[in-house]
Amino acid sequence: MPSQASTPLHWSERRREKRRRLDLVNTLADGCILPTKQLAAALEILIAPGDRVVLEGNNQKQADFLSRTLAQLNPARLHDLHMIIPSVSRAEHLDLFERGIARKLDFSFSGPQSLRIGQLLADGCLEIGAIHTYIELYARLFVDLTPNVALVAAYQADRHGNLYTGPSTEDTPALIEATAFRDGIVIAQVNDIVDDASCLTRVDIPGDWVDFVVKADRPFFIEPLFTRDPRQIKPIQILMAMMAIRGIYERHQVQSLNHGLGFNTAAIELLLPTYAASLGLQGKICRHWTLNPHPTLIPAIESGWVQSVHCFGGELGMEGYIAARPDVFFTGKDGSLRSNRAYCQMAGQYAVDMFIGSTLQMDGDGHSSTVTLGRLSGFGGAPNMGHDPHGRRHASPAWLDLITTDNLLSRGRKLVVQMVETFQGNGQPTLVETLDAVEVARTTGMPLAPVMIYGDDISHLLTEEGIAYLYKAQSLEQRRQQIAAVAGITPIGLRHDAASTARLRRDGLIALPEDLGIRRHDASRKLLAAKSMAELVSWSDGLYQPPARFRSW
Amino acid sequence: METLHLEYPATAPARQRVLVGVVASGDLEILIEPATAGRTQITIHATGSLSPDLWRKQLDRLFAHGAAAAMHMEINAFGATPGVISLRLAQAMEEVGT
Repeated sequence: MPSQASTPLHWSERRREKRRRLDLVNTLADGCILPTKQLAAALEILIAPGDRVVLEGNNQKQADFLSRTLAQLNPARLHDLHMIIPSVSRAEHLDLFERGIARKLDFSFSGPQSLRIGQLLADGCLEIGAIHTYIELYARLFVDLTPNVALVAAYQADRHGNLYTGPSTEDTPALIEATAFRDGIVIAQVNDIVDDASCLTRVDIPGDWVDFVVKADRPFFIEPLFTRDPRQIKPIQILMAMMAIRGIYERHQVQSLNHGLGFNTAAIELLLPTYAASLGLQGKICRHWTLNPHPTLIPAIESGWVQSVHCFGGELGMEGYIAARPDVFFTGKDGSLRSNRAYCQMAGQYAVDMFIGSTLQMDGDGHSSTVTLGRLSGFGGAPNMGHDPHGRRHASPAWLDLITTDNLLSRGRKLVVQMVETFQGNGQPTLVETLDAVEVARTTGMPLAPVMIYGDDISHLLTEEGIAYLYKAQSLEQRRQQIAAVAGITPIGLRHDAASTARLRRDGLIALPEDLGIRRHDASRKLLAAKSMAELVSWSDGLYQPPARFRSW
Repeated sequence: METLHLEYPATAPARQRVLVGVVASGDLEILIEPATAGRTQITIHATGSLSPDLWRKQLDRLFAHGAAAAMHMEINAFGATPGVISLRLAQAMEEVGT
């Protein structure tokens, strides 16, 4: 037993350091309130060079006053930050790297900034830790990426630091939990400060977990990322939606699911009250959802298809509609939506029958990625939900239906569906010989290619040509043949011959529209339950209020 | 704008005229008229993403299952993806009744 092993000071260094920094800003703050004009000065004291800083950049809600202020600080004083940003969505997220304030980045998704991340990486201004799935990134906050500082956004705070995070709670609880309970510093920007909790709409985060709140110079930015105008849905997407409903949802009795964003899945949502209803499927499929509040789901909800929806985040314009449908959505005592990205991702990973999404590229083995040359978009939640979690134990009809043996020791399987057109709108094939991600890994020194969903996790591939039932493949070679059979005239599809297609059809390994009883002639916009934003508003009885840019009236 | 002519062996004349699709961005129209037995002639006017080689491959696929009814087919395409082209072709063939 070593006698001098513990000197008490070494067990609470993090707490001491936090105390030291808090004492230094005492003169700037009024209790836990930082005056708006003092934010820059306070951040220079509260954040130190080399710190790990988690910044709330979400899909929708952005802590943009904090990020804009951070990006304006002096890099001679504050540098080499290790930024953890779930969704890199704003220009100043990358200004941090260009200006030398930050050095290393761990993230999940970077849709709008994906080109610039690629450039900064090539220029050596930025080092990538890893591209994560959402739930994986939150998990690492509790293991080896615990933040020194969390910068988050909320709608309201009171003078004790209690926060109302509103319909778009999103990532806030997960980021704060990991920071607050290991002596990190939590700073929240808010749109509004009230006196005490009785004046707050509701308490989403207790004030105990929050060190400072600052009233932002303007309300935080929020992006309506999941709004799809039905006007832009094309017949080809309607054909694919019909195939999905007949050949996957109906066939496997899919009752709980997640939809990715995009026009393909929006078309499915708008076909439920029409085409799927005509097949007698109401009450048999699509009852429980883990989903952002897609406006295109309104007609299905109003027609009585949907029993429950748990949301990752909110969606601009849907607030009033959701508040009026509390039996369907998760809401607080105040009546407004309570979303939570970490819990919803967990639900999407373990508790749903099916994930259906899209990709920019897929290779002949079925590996897919949205990382293409020069464009380092992340994957968001797709890989969480887009895999078969081997920790699942509860059975459901769809999960059991994918078992291909009669062995009592075999396991069920989640449906992971990729729904893609064989070519992208820019003329590039979606089905390719080699993923760009392989070249990206080679040139940027990543240990492995950034794959979104691995081929052996995909159970179904749906293209405009047909459905490949990949879960039935007996071998890698057979999976390759199935993929090629629905790959059209892409380089992968041209490997294929008509005789092989006929054999795969006969064996039930692929299905063409005619095999599913679908006439292509019927794939028309007439089938959409709503053909415009105005019709979505009508379905909602005026409760849905689309953002201005989606209004044509 | 590119123009491409293709020919395929055919059976008896098609029984009716067909029009599917529209000339709009990302779409195409296909006009079919009956022709004399034995030969199908196709004229393609296209702006956009598909090379002549891919157009040929797309139509080769359509007629790969054996000779269809004899017709004159005119295609006017404007930036349509192969997927949209394949859907419109299949719709046209459904209409023409092969």
